[in-house]
Amino acid sequence: MSFLHCWRAMWGIIGRELWRFIKQRERFISALVRPLIWLFVFAAGFRAALGIAITPPYETYILYEVYITPGLVGMIQLFNGMQSSLSMVYDREMGSMRILMVCPLPRWFLLMSKLIAGVAVSVLQVYVFLAIAWGYDIRPPWQGYLWVLPALILVGLMLGALGLLLSSFIKQLENFAGVMNFVIFPMFFMSTALYPLWKIQESSMLLHTLALYNPFSQAVELIRFALYGQFNQTAFVYTLVAFIIFMSAAILGYNPSKGIETRKKGAE
Amino acid sequence: MTAALAVADVSFAYSGKKALDGLSFTVNAGDCTILLGPNGAGKSTLFALITRLYDTRSGSIQLCGFNIKKQSLQALSRLGVVFQQPTLDMDLTVQQNLRYHAALHGMGGRLAKLRIQEELERFGMYERRSEAVRQLNGGHRRRVEIARALLHKPTLLLLDEPTVGLDVPSRQVIVEHVHELVKQQQMAVLWATHTFDEVYPADRLLILHKGQIKAQGSLPEVLTQTTTTTLHAAFAALTQNGARV
Repeated sequence: MSFLHCWRAMWGIIGRELWRFIKQRERFISALVRPLIWLFVFAAGFRAALGIAITPPYETYILYEVYITPGLVGMIQLFNGMQSSLSMVYDREMGSMRILMVCPLPRWFLLMSKLIAGVAVSVLQVYVFLAIAWGYDIRPPWQGYLWVLPALILVGLMLGALGLLLSSFIKQLENFAGVMNFVIFPMFFMSTALYPLWKIQESSMLLHTLALYNPFSQAVELIRFALYGQFNQTAFVYTLVAFIIFMSAAILGYNPSKGIETRKKGAE
Repeated sequence: MTAALAVADVSFAYSGKKALDGLSFTVNAGDCTILLGPNGAGKSTLFALITRLYDTRSGSIQLCGFNIKKQSLQALSRLGVVFQQPTLDMDLTVQQNLRYHAALHGMGGRLAKLRIQEELERFGMYERRSEAVRQLNGGHRRRVEIARALLHKPTLLLLDEPTVGLDVPSRQVIVEHVHELVKQQQMAVLWATHTFDEVYPADRLLILHKGQIKAQGSLPEVLTQTTTTTLHAAFAALTQNGARV
């Protein structure tokens, strides 16, 4: 295994994912329509009901649309991570995963390449979304668009790793609906994507605690602060640690000797 | 000479039920070994172990002298596989599918282009390289899969029932092509099939039943072992319930 081999293989995997993404226009459009509906419809409707006090990183009163934008960026990455997980399960059912798994490269490297490919797709989606939001008068400082890139990469890696981990558990494509109900919705709604923590605390202490420890909340805060040129160290460390845990578990899940895949079939 | 594939005393079980039971055999360069066995004989499990989709827990598997468990990267680099289930990406073109495989095997752009042309031309598929796989019929898809498996010039080619569901002319093209490869390039082939007319007189046979090898050797050797006159009869004698040789 040489560096050149790894380099070529990684670009092969990324190129394939990007090409598939471009070819599947519906996927691109639906990935954008979801957060845009939240922004144009949900946020507009709740603008009057939800007042947002001055909280960091914001230095003045903001509209609800401005508050919700980093959460919707996180939502794009969350759905993209789960979409990658879905495509892994699909690839496994369709057999194309086998081609990846029998190539002469370590599994961790193949999974990492797959993950990076998914992140590249999600970053592309996020910037298109931010460009549309700019047209809707949601305009963070221009430097924010640069600062947010490393945050997007880390958040994409963390949520993608969670998707990989889930894909190693999901036996059939049909079971994916469960992921929607038990992972995506709770993660999204029990987070700071739609309401700030202090607002959640006013209604329920339990929800507040869950939202505080939800890795998606920390991911959203990392994006929120980065978009306004600030570094949220707690959110960064939390997201990084979550990524390491999810990725290690996913690598273990795809390991042929320790993996869930063989255990599911009852191999001895 | 090191065997292209050496399987030694391999056993494997699912929830206490043995799928493979003490399998030992070798496949040498220039051998086309036909793996025959009814459904549930353990063929797919054996292929999953050779390709390291599952780990070998009992016994050992070596590819060109490299242990598949301990030296998996060296071993896998010498292996070409065509799985029973189609594994091409339907949304991509023939060329894109092959380029993806070439990248996974670390081949550079120029070499990949050359090898893709060589292998597709051999199968008469080069003219169709820019078509989406979805537009090809089953036989042509299989040809592309075999061309893909050969791109990195493997020493051992594994074929897991590659002709299932194909019409007779498509099957014939694949059978002839693989046998040509064995003859001209001294490639080692392990071919799992249900179809007896895919067996050539020079092929070696491996008959698997209930996870055990019931017979192995050339066709005349297997016929002698079973005191039968046709492969059909030999197979029936070896795979009937309770058959013992």
